[in-house]
Amino acid sequence: MNITLRVWRQKGRDDAGRMVTYKVEDVNPDMSFLEMLDVLNEKLTLQGEDPVAFDHDCREGICGACGVVINGVAHGPENTTTCQLHMRSFKDGDEITIEPWRAKAFPVVKDLVVDRGSFDRVIQAGGFISAPTGTAPDAHATPVPKADADRAFDAATCIGCGACVAACPNASGMLFTAAKITHLGSVPQGQPERDARVINMINQHDAEDFGGCTNIGECAAVCPKGIPLDTISQLNRDLLGALASSKSE
Amino acid sequence: MANSTLTKQRAEARRSTVALKSAMAVTGLILVLFLIAHMYGNLNVFAGQEAFDDYSHHLRELGEPMLPHGGFLWIMRIVLLASVLIHIGSAVALTRRAGKARPVRYRTRKPVQQTYASRTMRWGGVIIALYVVFHILHLTTNTIAPGGASDSPYERLVRGFQPENFWVTAIYILAVLLVGLHLRHGIWSAAATLGLNREGRRRAINTVAIIVAAVITVGFLLPPFSVLFGLVG
Repeated sequence: MNITLRVWRQKGRDDAGRMVTYKVEDVNPDMSFLEMLDVLNEKLTLQGEDPVAFDHDCREGICGACGVVINGVAHGPENTTTCQLHMRSFKDGDEITIEPWRAKAFPVVKDLVVDRGSFDRVIQAGGFISAPTGTAPDAHATPVPKADADRAFDAATCIGCGACVAACPNASGMLFTAAKITHLGSVPQGQPERDARVINMINQHDAEDFGGCTNIGECAAVCPKGIPLDTISQLNRDLLGALASSKSE
Repeated sequence: MANSTLTKQRAEARRSTVALKSAMAVTGLILVLFLIAHMYGNLNVFAGQEAFDDYSHHLRELGEPMLPHGGFLWIMRIVLLASVLIHIGSAVALTRRAGKARPVRYRTRKPVQQTYASRTMRWGGVIIALYVVFHILHLTTNTIAPGGASDSPYERLVRGFQPENFWVTAIYILAVLLVGLHLRHGIWSAAATLGLNREGRRRAINTVAIIVAAVITVGFLLPPFSVLFGLVG
């Protein structure tokens, strides 16, 4: 396959950035999208040019490091992470546009690499439970109904890749925040800090300059882990409940 | 966590995006209820001039003698005005925030599943607000009186929507269609914002939103079309 790439190149945080066109020849359809970028970078390096910077780590679809907007869709045409996208999803002669996640909360570090530290700070604000250390409790010490455990687990599969923010017309981080609220709010261990968690995490979310949610649903549609949109409703319910209750912790 | 810290955080959360959205949702639902009542009033046009004018007159007498003449109407106007102001104020704040949240645009953007209705909320809302001003000047205060002013609400309606004033009808149709789109996404969004969306319920809420939006759209379009085609008047 021969592919034409239009790639976002940006030297650093303060550079304005621009789209640059590259040709990649003899692409194997079984290559992953990142392997195709590796081929491009080898070529650029041999030519003495600066290779295209992009984030990646496990390349197994479980770490959340990779992620670019491909032809206007976060993670591209398949509902998976960029590393699990293969070139067979494209046709010979295709022109492919590659851009970084675009959000004020995700400043571009270089080319396609963005700083997702804002997600870490949202988690630090309340995405945890305070548990005493010591011997691990017996697994059946606190019974959890199967449906609750499943819902908590489904929400916990969020890998923090940031596709929800990239796809949101408002650049909102609500699906990411809601996944953690739903994960911890569905199990008994998350209950003591439930009110404080949602209040602190929403405040941090807003402080990071994410936009507000308008329930358009693009986030859940591109989420490689299938975090459901109703987690956002869960977050809203928890926040309104927490604000209505006068209980202080 | 210290109480004072949480109290401060709680105060901040009352001004959060979720709080603004909730204010929009509640005020939006108040306006939907008003639209349903307004549509019911409009449909009285099919019962003839006397019934329609009587309905309009009775609105002023509602609650008498507990309330003064026109008292109920003024309470409603104040509630509606407050709702509209809160709704628009929150929308402006959230829109500005969303604009700042993505300072650099995408060069290529492909929507995955979003509805047309969800994309028309902001500009559609602005056009609806402008229309409401025109609508009040036309049919409430009768300052704008296409076809001639009248003390009878029925005659204002019939004269306004005559074929020779087609521009009035055209603006009306456009506004009602935009209201329909606004409600299609707005009702779903309000329900989701207020926490009603749960596992497997998204489809049901969207169905309700589509039905309510469709009923209100058709209900508001019937009177002007009936006048236009000479079925009423």
